[in-house]
Amino acid sequence: MNVTRGFSGRPRVHNPGLPPGQYDARGDWPVLSAEVTPDLAATDWSFRIDGLVERPHTWDWDTAHALPASAYEGDIHCVTGWSKFGVRFGGVSLDAFLDVVRPQGSATHALAHSHTGYTANLPLADLTGGRAWIAWEYDGAPLAPEHGGPARLLVPHLYFWKSAKWIAGITLLDHDEPGFWERNGYHTRGNPWEEQRYSGD
Amino acid sequence: MTETVTGTTTPLTRFAVPGRIAVNGPTETAWQTATLTEIRRETPHAATFRLAVPAWAGHLPGQHLMLRLTAADGYAAQRHYSIASAPDDSGHIELTLDRVPGGEVSGWFHTVARPGDTIEVRGPLSGFFAWPGDRPALLLGAGSGVVPLMSMVRHHRARGLAFPLRMLVSARSPEELIYASELGAETTPVFTRSAPPGVAVGRMTAAHVAPLLAEPPVGGWEAYVCGSNGFAEHASRLLVAAGQPVERIRIERFG
Repeated sequence: MNVTRGFSGRPRVHNPGLPPGQYDARGDWPVLSAEVTPDLAATDWSFRIDGLVERPHTWDWDTAHALPASAYEGDIHCVTGWSKFGVRFGGVSLDAFLDVVRPQGSATHALAHSHTGYTANLPLADLTGGRAWIAWEYDGAPLAPEHGGPARLLVPHLYFWKSAKWIAGITLLDHDEPGFWERNGYHTRGNPWEEQRYSGD
Repeated sequence: MTETVTGTTTPLTRFAVPGRIAVNGPTETAWQTATLTEIRRETPHAATFRLAVPAWAGHLPGQHLMLRLTAADGYAAQRHYSIASAPDDSGHIELTLDRVPGGEVSGWFHTVARPGDTIEVRGPLSGFFAWPGDRPALLLGAGSGVVPLMSMVRHHRARGLAFPLRMLVSARSPEELIYASELGAETTPVFTRSAPPGVAVGRMTAAHVAPLLAEPPVGGWEAYVCGSNGFAEHASRLLVAAGQPVERIRIERFG
């Protein structure tokens, strides 16, 4: 251990929900997109799942909203160090979308892409079993554009760069294909509990 | 039925540009000890901290590092900071830190740190915001958002690069303008609260950005925007409105 002279840090709070190396952002919700926030109306939004599926499908705002509503209440963790507790997102479970397209047995990974061209890769297993959503509400209100509105992917058990803003589609693959940050030095999976921030962590 | 991956959803923009450089490997992501060698005050709220990092892998302007302070009981706090110095072979790097109210890491740097202290760093990290000096650069920053941009300005000068480089930097007042004495003809400061006599007070506007986009250099500008989210949203909209292609705007927001 390399102790820093004279450093005491914040008062210690026992918080079992805080992954290693993270701090509680409390009321803040920093915005960290690397691109220009797009001018995207809900009526122009669409979401498509394709690749290794039985029936590729595209939803628009209304047909996506016709799927059963599902909410996430819990925590989110950003690779830059902040975590935010007790957030509430509303949308539809990704399982409901995947039930429509029926992934093929050979599908193991997914590449999510945004209406901006941003991408993020994930193992398919991280998107199923009630652990991923397409979210369009935050705290009961429409999701703000700078936070990914009209709709974003939400995968709260991984670092938040995986939760692609302005989600446009997910392509299922039989291999892992690095996304935007993953090609820029970040970890391929991004599990905050194992502190998988950078490639090689 | 199976559909191929190509020709499906077309993004609004082609933002998915590659990073500018080879990404961090095992050398860059390893924690190493850095020794503080010098502290220089820049403004009432910002100071520059010079660190000796003997095994530093070298960086490009715009890259950042991760920094860790550890308390005696093992509690550690880590933050990402942009690198202010230009790449060189001195075995030193410089960081310029704002003192954040209540900030446990910036607070330590501004009130406790002194030359000889050791901390831990890992980096340089990420390639997206890097500028290797290979094309014209248009830099828009606010507050301590000028830090990674200054690394680019310093690199441009140190290498005598011929590519055009221009910087617009927003500060509350002349006293709060970081690196004021170092800024040259490439920089136009914008003051939001108070300005020297004869200089307008106000936000960055289309009038600052439009002339630079009206006659872009050969090959166009690569635009780099750094600051708070509010500034980044404002500045990136100014760039888009002035005709800068969306896929050639790289943004680093605080947080």
